Amino acid sequence: METLTDPRIERIAWQTRRHFLRDALGGIGSIALASMLGQRCGADPAEADSGVVDPLAPRAAHFAPRATRVIYIHLTGSPPHLDLYDYKPALVKRTGEDCPASFLEGRRFAFTSGVPKLLGTPHQFAQHGAGGTWMSDAVPHFHGIADELCVIKSVFTEQFNHAPGELLLFTGSPRSGRPSLGSWVTYGLGSENANLPGFVVLISSGVQPNGGKNSFGSGFLPSVYQGVQCRSQGDPVLYVADPPGMDRRVRRLSLDAIGELNRRQAAELGHPETATRIAQYELAFRMQMSVPDVMDISKEPATVLEAYGAVPGASSLANNCLLARRLVEQGVRYVQLFDWGWDFHGTSPGEDIRDDLTAKCRTMDRPIAALIRDLRQRGLLDETLIVVGGEFGRTPFREGRTSGGTTLGRDHYPDCNAIVMAGGGIHGGISHGATDELGFTIVEDKVHVHDLQATILHQLGLDHTRLTYRFQGRDYRLTDVHGEVIRGIIA
Amino acid sequence: MPRTIVISRSLPALVVAVLWAARASGEPAPAPPLDFNRDVRAILSNSCFRCHGPDEKQRQGGGDSGLRLDTPEGIVADLGGRVAVVPGEPDRSVLVARITSRDASEIMPPPEAGPGLDAAEIALLERWVREGAPYAVHWAYRAPRRPALPRLESEREQAWAKGPLDHFVLERLRREGLEPQGEADRHALVRRVALDVTGLPPSPDDIDRFVADPAEDAYERMVDRFLAKDGYGEHWARMWLDAARYADSSGYADDPPRTIWLYRDYVIDAFNRNLPFDRFTIEQLAGDMLPDASAEQLIATAFHRNTLTNNEGGTNDEEFRNVAVVDRVNTTYAVWMGTTMACAQCHSHKYDPITQRDYFQAFAIFNNTEDADRGDESPLHEIWTEEQLGRRAALDARIGADAATRDTTTPELEAAREAWERGLPGQPAWSAPDVVAARSEAGVTMTVDPEGRTVSSAAGAGKDTFHVDLDLAGVRADGTTRLAAIQLETFADDALPNRGPGWNNGNFILTELRATLVPAVAGDTDGARTITFAAAIADFQQGDYVAANLAASPIDPAKGWGVGGGAGGDHRVTLIVSEPVDIPEGSRLRVSLIHQSPHTQHVIGRFRLSVTGDATAREWAAIRADVRAILQTPEPARTEAQRTALAAFHRSIAPELAEVRARLDAARAERAALTPSATVPILRERGQDRRRVTRLQHRGNYLDLGEEVGPGVPGALNAGDRPIRDRLELARWLVSEGNPLTARVTVNRHWEQLFGTGLVASTEEFGSQGDLPSHPELLDWLAVDFVEGGWDLKRLLRTMLTSATYRQSSAVPPDALRTDPDNRLLARGPRFRLPAETIRDQALAVAGLLSPKMHGPPVKPPQPSLGLSAAFGSSTDWATSPGDDRYRRGIYTMWRRSNPYPSMGAFDAPNREVCTLRRVRTNTPLQALVTLNDPVYIEAAQALGRAMRQAADSDGGRIEHGLKAALCRPIRPDEIEVLRKLHDEALAIFTSEPDAAITMATEPLGPLPEGLEPADMAAWTVVANAILNLDEFLMRR
Repeated sequence: METLTDPRIERIAWQTRRHFLRDALGGIGSIALASMLGQRCGADPAEADSGVVDPLAPRAAHFAPRATRVIYIHLTGSPPHLDLYDYKPALVKRTGEDCPASFLEGRRFAFTSGVPKLLGTPHQFAQHGAGGTWMSDAVPHFHGIADELCVIKSVFTEQFNHAPGELLLFTGSPRSGRPSLGSWVTYGLGSENANLPGFVVLISSGVQPNGGKNSFGSGFLPSVYQGVQCRSQGDPVLYVADPPGMDRRVRRLSLDAIGELNRRQAAELGHPETATRIAQYELAFRMQMSVPDVMDISKEPATVLEAYGAVPGASSLANNCLLARRLVEQGVRYVQLFDWGWDFHGTSPGEDIRDDLTAKCRTMDRPIAALIRDLRQRGLLDETLIVVGGEFGRTPFREGRTSGGTTLGRDHYPDCNAIVMAGGGIHGGISHGATDELGFTIVEDKVHVHDLQATILHQLGLDHTRLTYRFQGRDYRLTDVHGEVIRGIIA
Repeated sequence: MPRTIVISRSLPALVVAVLWAARASGEPAPAPPLDFNRDVRAILSNSCFRCHGPDEKQRQGGGDSGLRLDTPEGIVADLGGRVAVVPGEPDRSVLVARITSRDASEIMPPPEAGPGLDAAEIALLERWVREGAPYAVHWAYRAPRRPALPRLESEREQAWAKGPLDHFVLERLRREGLEPQGEADRHALVRRVALDVTGLPPSPDDIDRFVADPAEDAYERMVDRFLAKDGYGEHWARMWLDAARYADSSGYADDPPRTIWLYRDYVIDAFNRNLPFDRFTIEQLAGDMLPDASAEQLIATAFHRNTLTNNEGGTNDEEFRNVAVVDRVNTTYAVWMGTTMACAQCHSHKYDPITQRDYFQAFAIFNNTEDADRGDESPLHEIWTEEQLGRRAALDARIGADAATRDTTTPELEAAREAWERGLPGQPAWSAPDVVAARSEAGVTMTVDPEGRTVSSAAGAGKDTFHVDLDLAGVRADGTTRLAAIQLETFADDALPNRGPGWNNGNFILTELRATLVPAVAGDTDGARTITFAAAIADFQQGDYVAANLAASPIDPAKGWGVGGGAGGDHRVTLIVSEPVDIPEGSRLRVSLIHQSPHTQHVIGRFRLSVTGDATAREWAAIRADVRAILQTPEPARTEAQRTALAAFHRSIAPELAEVRARLDAARAERAALTPSATVPILRERGQDRRRVTRLQHRGNYLDLGEEVGPGVPGALNAGDRPIRDRLELARWLVSEGNPLTARVTVNRHWEQLFGTGLVASTEEFGSQGDLPSHPELLDWLAVDFVEGGWDLKRLLRTMLTSATYRQSSAVPPDALRTDPDNRLLARGPRFRLPAETIRDQALAVAGLLSPKMHGPPVKPPQPSLGLSAAFGSSTDWATSPGDDRYRRGIYTMWRRSNPYPSMGAFDAPNREVCTLRRVRTNTPLQALVTLNDPVYIEAAQALGRAMRQAADSDGGRIEHGLKAALCRPIRPDEIEVLRKLHDEALAIFTSEPDAAITMATEPLGPLPEGLEPADMAAWTVVANAILNLDEFLMRR
């Protein structure tokens, strides 16, 4: 087994890197050093020769991967899956009846007590695509790409509050402190573009994810693996812009001076970290160009902007979907989107699962459909894994606090949820798993969020039981001691 | 070369041992004797303990209880004729047979369990068995004894060594055939000591004083000067606050601010006054349980109130209280014992002798405090200033005196009451019309009870309006033909929260009562009359939510009438009609009760409307129902209690006492508005009669409970016979002499701060999965010396700082990178990147901007606005603190867990959600972007640039000044030349771009002083920015 933290392997890496750096300091000047910084050497033998160990250099997967990149679109707050994908005609018929006691005994819900009323979906459902995938009228743009989508209708979790639910989904543990999915992936595989971060985070609708930065943090992994938040307004990456008044010429001059003095320091003390710093400053200089460039969607053709519904300069899920495509196109390993505003309780204006849900979905299904079509057209979909979903499902009954009102909403529900996947070696046009006729329990092919994690890693060629990191005396992994790959959805 | 990011991770000591063994085998010298803990335990632990270790549930292999390799009894146990280890006889030992087997079904460890043993490991285990399989308790669980100092064997060694610690280092170097480095130059030393001790660079005066000091003990005196500075506590508190997971917010999704900075100040002060570590320990873990605990000792207990609090709606406080207790157990054992307890929460530890029962014994010790994941963070300790206390006493005195006056009946007041009562008109007759229809706009079901009271069945969607149609026929039949006042009664009700009368914890806020008199003729809209009100008087009202708001014109929907503080009682408001109107026959009254308050769900639960034609209603409106009843009773028939109540009520309205009442109200309001100058959450032990029962939690699930467990500590950790039943006894045991770990773990953590890596590299893990110490005897010597020296931290640091080992030059001899890249053998001085806070503090200090102000609430230095807010919480952006607070040391920066200060996060500061005992040190391009471009660093560059410009007459002198300020050493001409070139080239560019020059020179620091040229100062800013980005500046050498 090759654990990435095997001390013996690490030992070799350290020795060889230092060997190289010492040699580099001996003779190679700044120009040569800078010219070597362009692209990643990859896993080719040249790297072993150069002896450089870059924590973000591409690493070989455990086995042949089906996907090389991930775009995970998280709908923060959790959309009502029963109104989008999991059609329950029997529940519709029984709308307004008391919730059967057998479903409530010994259970706790976040905001519902007493006996709530069953609530069938107010949306119209139909089957779409050759695979006959059920979808509601709230996601019309998905109808035309139904055969690209795999709808898992049997996802479950143990957590029924937002922050722990989201942390379990993204870090494998409901408590903060563990590395997130994207950081595990970049730790396991590195990234292909040396001029961009390997793990990029894009946030829309103005609110951080429930788990705060933990949802894209690196936990106990080194911080190079944490998600780098990029923005479509202001500095795309914090401090990436030169200070006001300084142009590129001046920055270049100052980096040359810094590099020159640092090389004297390195020659005097022989400390390898100094050489590393010289290289990092050069990389920073190039990131200052490459990051704003990739984040600038204004040069996209009008037809592309139109397809996504993206508007240059705005902050929206549409813009972020388009940016996700641009980033994976550039070899970014893992792109994580968070979009706030899916917590449809029905307790406030704008939270009704009828028109309000339809309106919110309009900002979501169009850009995601455009993204999937765009990737397909560019030949990238097969190697790009797309995941869309929330941290848990929502109840088949009406949220308890709203029972007297006119707004229809649903409470949090950990037992059943639906997640959509596409591309990346996942079977399109199928549904996986099933819930009972009222949507209270999973009756077929249960998929725990740890299974989902194991599957995402599997598509990337990583065995979730072997992707481990030693911390405080224990080998940790994303799936803790759980997780089974969902074989049934793999194409 | 692709980009390289160095992760300065510790090198497992195992590797040192293996390297060392490899070297030894390559030399003719005889192999040194095996040491079980150094050579064998790690192999067994890594490859065998998982299935043949302490966890009885996982244990595999023969016999009833399986094979155990983690005890000396286990390895030789006869398991049905098969014995794992027969000492001295590898051929008869099943262990050796299995690890050397070629049969895939026989080989141990089984291939699916992980990496197999390599040839060297197999050879070691065989040799161990052959040599009699000596077994030893894990080294860290044996109490340390003071080892004898190794002898120095040559004059050179004697000349080099400066303290006891150097003996151990030299002995090891001698064994390795290595030579230590000589002492670093004085400039390097003074900067190293200043940064290590105070986290700040030395001042020019500090440097000159040391460099010029001819005394023999110049170095020691310099160390003492820095140890005496206030900056010492501010710097070393940082390490402890990482361990204590100190932050200024509560964590989880909304992550609201938390006021707990008094604890941060306690830690700073504890370091500065050199509070012995044993007392520091006891105060933080159990200060509240000390007899006559002082304010400071209570504040110290906030150590364990740094756990997260979950305020997200719908969460279970008990669940998250449990999470906090778990965190307290894990943190305590990690910080003091270097022991990972977390594994044992769900199952017995797989590697160390800690059972799940042990875990919940530890849990029981912490399971007995009052705090319970509450939003208000109670219990709190309040700090009142002398001035506040004086004011409070004065107010209390005035309130007492005025209340006495108001509460005392005098003959004059008695006479006035009689006159008032005589003057009261007859009580108005109220008549409650029949409810024809009641409707809620939010769709809540409305019903009418047999007593004519309308009931709303649910709170609805936050805001609601009730429309009630009243038939006035019955009213007319009662003889009421005019409408002079409308009365709204609200009723307590068991079905409502807090017994009502409103839906929000019993409260409601009525923002408007709209009434229309509708004539009998259908469709006669012209005849409808809107009723306006001249006054509204309630028998009870809440603060600013006074009944008069209902008669205001126009109505303010943000106000209204509320009854907060009066939950569980009936309350009534009387609205006086401006111009009384006749009630035509057959007409109806339509009343709308409007709840539009921004405080949602404040809706009335049960109410009744009635009307009167009697204009005297106003006089009676403010009279409580019980007082009305007394007034109905003829005076001679009244009881003594009724007389007293009536007199009291009269005094509450008597004009004679108006002044006293007004003064009393004002004093009470001021008294209520007095808040402590600061609060801090603390631990408070529950009394003996309220102790919580602790039960084993299956798989760590707080709802899945097993047997009851009493308090205690794991037996394997050598607690001895004394019972450990509560936090105080636990704390005392942690710092008792027999404790094998606390002193070792503590000295190791301090060593790591100074040398970059601990003697045990896994600072947080001293169990069998941790690293072995690089210098075991040195670690034990330091630990014993620390305890015998009275747990004196400054003394400990002084011992390390004054050693020759610490004072070595950090230049790396070429060969050393190959033989000892991480400097575990200490053959050179330590050199590593500064911590996040120090990087920023140093830049501000060198620029002359750093504020020396200590203590107090957290400050908000500039950070970029991201336009985001926390989930269900407030914006993560902030307004920069005014004045010098933007230049305070990093330790005072507001630490919001969900959004740590970005530039510190870039330099590996943790988010402090959990205990962090070791920060990793990365070297990334994002760090370069911070120090190159963050406005904080640009501002520092501008200030340094201005200081440089004015420090000398020549450009060379100016550059020398800047470099010297940053690097604290003499500057070479060739270094000056590099920056002179940068200055000249930048100047040429800025001269041709005057607007850019002004921006570069002044944003954000501010306008240039008189006489300075923008282009020149822009160029100096660029030069200073380069200086503040030099590798030498970011490292401490």
